Amino acid sequence: MIITILDVVISGLLLGGIYAVTAVGLSLQYGVARVLNIAHGEFIMLGAFITFSLYTKVGINPLISFAICGPVVFAVGFVLYRTLFTRLRTSSPTAGAFEGNSMLACFGLLFIIQNVAILIWGADIKGYSYLAFPVDFWGARFAANRLVTLGFALAICLVFYLFLANTRLGKAIRAAAQDPETAGLMGVRINQVLALCFGFGALMAGLGGALISMSYKIEPTMGLEYTMIALIVIVLGGLGSILGSFVGGLVLGLVGSIVTHIEPGLSLVAYYVIFMLLLLIKPTGILGK
Amino acid sequence: MEKKTSKKGIILGVILVILGALVPLFAPVYTVILLTSILMYMTIAVSWTLFSGPTGYISLASAAFFGAGIYTAAIVGMALPLPLVIVAGALASFCVALLVGALTLRLKGIYFVMFTFGLVELLLHFILWWEVTISGTTGRVVPPAGNAIVFYTMLIIFVILLLTVFFIRRSRYGLALLSIGENEEAASHAGVHVTALKVIVYAISALFMGAAGAAMATRWTYIDPKIAFNPLISFMPVLMAIFGGIRPLYGPIIGAAIFTYLEEFLLTRFPYHYMLIFGIIMVVAILYMPDGLIGLTQRVWKKISRRRYADT
Amino acid sequence: MPILEGRGVTRYFGGLAAVSDVDFWVETGEVLGLIGPNGAGKTTLFNLISAALAPKSGSIFFKGKEITGLKPYQICRMGLSRTFQTVKVFGNLSVMENVLLGAFFGGEGRIASADALEAATSALTFVGLSEAAATPARDLTLANQKRLEVARALATRPELLLLDEMMEGLNPTEVNRAMALVKQIQEKGITVVMIEHVMKAIMNVCGRIMVLHHGAKIAEGTPQEVSTHKTVIEVYFGERADASR
Repeated sequence: MIITILDVVISGLLLGGIYAVTAVGLSLQYGVARVLNIAHGEFIMLGAFITFSLYTKVGINPLISFAICGPVVFAVGFVLYRTLFTRLRTSSPTAGAFEGNSMLACFGLLFIIQNVAILIWGADIKGYSYLAFPVDFWGARFAANRLVTLGFALAICLVFYLFLANTRLGKAIRAAAQDPETAGLMGVRINQVLALCFGFGALMAGLGGALISMSYKIEPTMGLEYTMIALIVIVLGGLGSILGSFVGGLVLGLVGSIVTHIEPGLSLVAYYVIFMLLLLIKPTGILGK
Repeated sequence: MEKKTSKKGIILGVILVILGALVPLFAPVYTVILLTSILMYMTIAVSWTLFSGPTGYISLASAAFFGAGIYTAAIVGMALPLPLVIVAGALASFCVALLVGALTLRLKGIYFVMFTFGLVELLLHFILWWEVTISGTTGRVVPPAGNAIVFYTMLIIFVILLLTVFFIRRSRYGLALLSIGENEEAASHAGVHVTALKVIVYAISALFMGAAGAAMATRWTYIDPKIAFNPLISFMPVLMAIFGGIRPLYGPIIGAAIFTYLEEFLLTRFPYHYMLIFGIIMVVAILYMPDGLIGLTQRVWKKISRRRYADT
Repeated sequence: MPILEGRGVTRYFGGLAAVSDVDFWVETGEVLGLIGPNGAGKTTLFNLISAALAPKSGSIFFKGKEITGLKPYQICRMGLSRTFQTVKVFGNLSVMENVLLGAFFGGEGRIASADALEAATSALTFVGLSEAAATPARDLTLANQKRLEVARALATRPELLLLDEMMEGLNPTEVNRAMALVKQIQEKGITVVMIEHVMKAIMNVCGRIMVLHHGAKIAEGTPQEVSTHKTVIEVYFGERADASR
């Protein structure tokens, strides 16, 4: 009994860790850069496939390829913001129009990135095996790669938190999240910071994808589901709260693990039920204002 | 006032409908099938624009309502005559939309967008789970229907939709929808029951998508959740509205026609790239054509006509 | 019985009390002025009355019935309308369409199209905008947009009208016209509550004035009483009130 609970809880934290990393990324993009990136899952997918290719074609250890796929996906996000979204910001008459237009542009990106991925890697499900041996943990057995994934997910979030709290750039980001105009007046180079935020959001997505590829099978169409989950998580945690996304991710992961234990295949439905309850009771989320 | 449909437009529309009704009698089967597809896209585009056009609430759930119509038709298709199958599909989508609307339309628009975005996957997963766990069967077989019947069904649905949209647009509710899009708080302070209106109109738009889905279900002889719920269908009406413009009634109609030909062309020439090309078109369109192609031609025309008069 | 009454109305934003335990009443037919320094809570009070915001505590009564907890459209249909501090006209719709909306939806029960058109037309004539009926609202000057908002509110057939800084940004000629308009509205039998910073208007048009400061009511009375009230003077001019009043 205890073992089952432990099993479910750790699986939940594991799933939650991945959800947290990806949701924090989306929270950066929506909360600060004000872009509702519904192509977020595609960046996750890119991270997953880059890691896959690096491991299966070049033999690079996935844990090391973090250092490659992270910057690559970051660069894609950063460049996209500097070109596409900055242009949209200037051409949109209101902030609301920008949100709508950028969301639709991301919709387009969704199909572009997915198609490109299919062209490069094919449409089939792929997977690789890395650190797939079981490890005993207080009587319950877990695959080593899953535990490593959990550890890395938490580490990524911790590093990011420290970055936000202690570095100059981190403070600039927090200022921009609160009030972009005033931050700009205070000397923060807003366009640069927003582009960096969007890039960091993509980076988190890419790292999340790398983590996912270590433990699960991947396919080019996997992105949509992860985008949905990230959206639910940021609502659950409170729109605009990065800490909330972290907490929300873990919570949702636990829920998913419990539901999968009782009735596998219903986890997405369960997430949506939570989404619906949130909308009915407290749309501002756990940590939202 | 630009939102009024002109008399010329109405007469043209009636002529086209009559011509359309004659098509299956004279044209080859391929044309009938193509025209059915065009009508389907037009129905989805116009339904989508009915709500999302004036209010500015962007629904990404069209695929969910269309799919719900398809699936309902697959479930009841054996047991009911065609008209009732269509009604069933329409009702199923109507109810789903009522639920979605009641949950999200009381809140800020962003929740609506997020919720509708995931609705396709949600319905897909739910039905998959249901079939695997409860009913034990995967997918369904649909009784086939003749091409002419499907065409006429789609035509009737489209005509009813056009009439509905026409009358809503010129009524006080059309005005209220526009005011919601302009400034929701002011509209509510002027006496408009904003939430109720949004929910009802959204459900009406979903109704027609469901009807279209039910009509088209017979196109596929076998349906499973993955076939019925195709995210690309959520993408299309947005693209079509951008092509054709949102404000005029004929906007999404023209957009749908452009889109259908584009899709035919791309599917044959670049079968592995058409998602990519559509995505690029979408991004380019958002960047350079916020008013849609119609808006673009209007602006070009204004520039030309201004030049003309400046010479005098 | 006062047409509008509030008891203990309170609203917080975060830890700050924007409106703090305010009691107020408005007599039928009067023009009540609501003044106070910036941030005093005036617009927040309007928002609480029109249900744009919900109070943390307290109750508001209109025509004897409690309206706390109702939605804005319900309050409008009961006969209470307002204008906004930042003008909220429907920019892409024509002037006539803006007002028609109020005519169609602002009253109790369903109205025939012909009657709505008539109500809208007479509202436009009343504020002096009938020539501009076909103009898109975004092409109007600010002063005219404010008048358009008044017309839209009037088309909802209100018994009580809340005017929020109607005269802000107007030049002296426009201010005089606006003052005359308020007097005409009162002559039609509509009760008016107006938030204003333009003292000339408040003193001349209002029969009674209420003063808010930091969310609390600090004075109430006739223009004469309020302008000589010690606390009001301190609040507006600081401790060193000079003799040139």
